[in-house]
Amino acid sequence: MVLLSVILLAVEHRSSRLNKTRSVLSVLVYPIQLLVSLPVELSEDAYESVVSYSDLKTENQRLKQKQFVDSVKLLKFEALENENIRLRGLLENSFKLGEQVLVAEILSVNLVPYEHIVVVNKGSRFGVKDKQPVLDANGIVGQVLRSLPLSSEVMLITDPNHAIPVQVNRNGLRSIAIGSGLNQLKLPFLPNNADIVPGDLLVTSGLGGTFPQGYPVAIVDNVKVQPNKPFASISAIPKAKLDRIRELLIVWSDSMPVPLIYPMTEPEKETENVEINASHESR
Amino acid sequence: MQATSQDRISGYWLTVMLAMVLSILPFPAVIDMFNPDWVLLALIYWTLAMPEKIGIFNAWMLGLLVDVLTGRVLGLHALDYALISYACIKSHKRLRQHPVPQQSIFVFFFLLFSQMFIFWIENIQGNIDLIFSFWFPVFTGTLFWPLTYFALRSIRIMGRQN
Repeated sequence: MVLLSVILLAVEHRSSRLNKTRSVLSVLVYPIQLLVSLPVELSEDAYESVVSYSDLKTENQRLKQKQFVDSVKLLKFEALENENIRLRGLLENSFKLGEQVLVAEILSVNLVPYEHIVVVNKGSRFGVKDKQPVLDANGIVGQVLRSLPLSSEVMLITDPNHAIPVQVNRNGLRSIAIGSGLNQLKLPFLPNNADIVPGDLLVTSGLGGTFPQGYPVAIVDNVKVQPNKPFASISAIPKAKLDRIRELLIVWSDSMPVPLIYPMTEPEKETENVEINASHESR
Repeated sequence: MQATSQDRISGYWLTVMLAMVLSILPFPAVIDMFNPDWVLLALIYWTLAMPEKIGIFNAWMLGLLVDVLTGRVLGLHALDYALISYACIKSHKRLRQHPVPQQSIFVFFFLLFSQMFIFWIENIQGNIDLIFSFWFPVFTGTLFWPLTYFALRSIRIMGRQN
């Protein structure tokens, strides 16, 4: 028995051959996770059903306004995106074309202390794969650590074992942000004279290939110059509300090379954009 | 006789499921640091109570389920629980004679060994910091042992009476 376990440990540590076993067993324990998560969900549902009419009305109003503002922003974004694709086409560069998302809900379970790993209710049956980036409305949340048939485990960017390649949005300075175990990221590999100040937005740099480029990750919170050490001590607060989110987006992104476009030809329009246009016209 | 043993086994599974639920309940972070290994506590009780039913293989399977449940490397808890249950089965005759406070001392060492073992394996994987609060579950687990003991015993006696 001991021998068997040691073999199991060794095999699991080195390869992913045991994923099947894990998937089968995970189906067995999934009901337990659901059971744990149920009371929280029920209480939230109950709260939603007793919210007063006026609250709902104000919230609706607020959301409508926000939607209006966002769609105006989107108008400009669309033009910029097309321009970007066109320019990249001139450079023969690759660009993320379609990005598909899936909304998943977090199950309220707590696997182990000291690790920032959450379980979500969508798994490989929905096509979720390992290492997929996970976002919420504000920024990067983390990546899929393990996709199981009915659920998957998502490692948050604040996990001590997680590192994400980022760049400063203001000047393109690249670095790596490492989770701290608290609701904070650390940038331990920037020299003391790096051009970074509190308030700088960190976005994904797209290096490493796991995360798509250009999504907000965190805002620099504190820069401490350490004259006696080679690197400055820099911390950043994640943009995504990691401790409060209930729903998150699992993203499929394909980096496809854009075919070389000659300056005179019209760029192809994506179906998504056409839909957005249509909705604006009907408004 | 047949029905009785069935009841006792179902009591075992029920309590073990409950222990699994307890171990992944989303407590606030402060309490979570102290959350003991409920499954191991339940396992220790049942192996002491009926070592002829709950063997090492049973413990091993249970450990595997816990590994999947908590997303650890497969075989970590399996090996851990198998070793602990082996020790329990070996010493069940002596341990049963002890009063509960004295049992707690043994349970403390079982839990300590388990936690040390988990630390050791995870350290080989290279993803853990040894901080003092890592040992808190051992102490809380020991404190909860009398409670576990009496709760599970009442369940077992209930199962026997039915």
